[in-house]
Amino acid sequence: MHKIGKQTICFDNPPSILEAASIVGPKEADGPMASYFDKCLEDEFWGEKSWEKAESKIIKETVNLVVAKSNLATSDIDYVFAGDLLNQCISSDFGLRESNIPYFGVFGACSTFTESMCIGSVFVEANGAKNVICATSSHFCSAEKQFRFPLELGTQRPPTAQWTVTGSGAVILSQTGQGPYITNITPGKIVDMGVKDANNMGAAMAPAALDTLITHFQDTGRKPSYYDAIITGDLGHVGKEILAEMAQSKGYNINSNYNDCGVLMFDKEKQDTHAGGSGCACIATVFSGYFFKQLKDKKMKRILLIATGALMNSTSMQQGESIPGIAHAISIEI
Amino acid sequence: MEQINTQKQYDKLVKEKSPNSPILRDCFNAFWVGGLICSIGQIILDFCIFKGMDATLASTVVSIALIAISALLTSLNIFNRIGKFAGAGTLIPITGFANSIVSPAIEYKSEGYVMGVGGKMFTVAGPVLVFGISTSIIVGIIASIF
Repeated sequence: MHKIGKQTICFDNPPSILEAASIVGPKEADGPMASYFDKCLEDEFWGEKSWEKAESKIIKETVNLVVAKSNLATSDIDYVFAGDLLNQCISSDFGLRESNIPYFGVFGACSTFTESMCIGSVFVEANGAKNVICATSSHFCSAEKQFRFPLELGTQRPPTAQWTVTGSGAVILSQTGQGPYITNITPGKIVDMGVKDANNMGAAMAPAALDTLITHFQDTGRKPSYYDAIITGDLGHVGKEILAEMAQSKGYNINSNYNDCGVLMFDKEKQDTHAGGSGCACIATVFSGYFFKQLKDKKMKRILLIATGALMNSTSMQQGESIPGIAHAISIEI
Repeated sequence: MEQINTQKQYDKLVKEKSPNSPILRDCFNAFWVGGLICSIGQIILDFCIFKGMDATLASTVVSIALIAISALLTSLNIFNRIGKFAGAGTLIPITGFANSIVSPAIEYKSEGYVMGVGGKMFTVAGPVLVFGISTSIIVGIIASIF
């Protein structure tokens, strides 16, 4: 591998995405993407006593599922890179404590999925590992509890608010395999444009996505039209529109091939999800469920996956801090 | 479109792209649901007085009844739906106060009865209690002087 441009790594022996798996909650199962997921849960508890335990179970079962689908044994997996939104990444920690696989806890808020894939692919390409798992999870109820109000509180959500996706997505990156391959990664910088509204995360993260997107094009010399699809993680309806417009003003027209997983996940009108989906699982499940299969079936040949994260917690919000955003891009090609 | 370079320019773009809450519809729904809750309170009050209670006891019964109904609806996952529709209409009357105490009690039960239910029960209603009681004390002192 070698570095190109300001912050992009180009792989000489691109790691292959061997397999992907996704499990989602009941609301996601009512949405337009439902048929693509491996498993849809009937309720948010999944037989557990708390939201947190349920989220741990979801990531645990998703990791088990991706290993089973790949026909590898757990002992063939060298490392797992995983993270989530709960304090100190407890969903991943607890979900994977019995996995017996060396574990890296990764935090990049909702950008964790591509962040773990960035790190995982470097491990694989550098011959530090033959197979690694990258996984993330989020849960609507546990996220609401940690970041906002109790679920039963009778409040109104503003139209810019987003709905945390319940679910988990996991992929196996491997030295062997027939692709799709991770050819380039562009890890992003922290970008803060001063947005303080925790109910408008899309707007807080869009400048970071723009920065990573433009840097990726500059570093690789590619144009937006190089990709069949440019996919952001969870900018939602508001952030998606902001990103498309700002990219256009900088001379990059992405209108024809750009979409956002938060927009794809729910039917805004029927499901009352306001500005769309969010959370670590948003891009993880939509990629694992939908885009991975599109690449496998050769319906798409090149996609740019950009997971976006809002780097804040409830203390920073109460202290009046703004919300720094981050976005990591990976290009996946067959 | 002009280039966005400063936070101020970006803030302007965000405001332009972010849809606003439907204020008129929200106010209308808050008005009639809030009015309905107060009417229910009045019906209970009149009924209690009709049954021979004095005014003080009757108004206490009204508060207890509305709190009990709100607590029950909160635990049945119904109150949050009404609250989502009516906003301040359910938040301002005593119903909102009951909901703000019962909902964290349910949510934090998983952290145990002492530090979970007991410790977190007033996380939402706490500020209302602190500033409500403080204001009552100040008003009481002023009233006793004059």
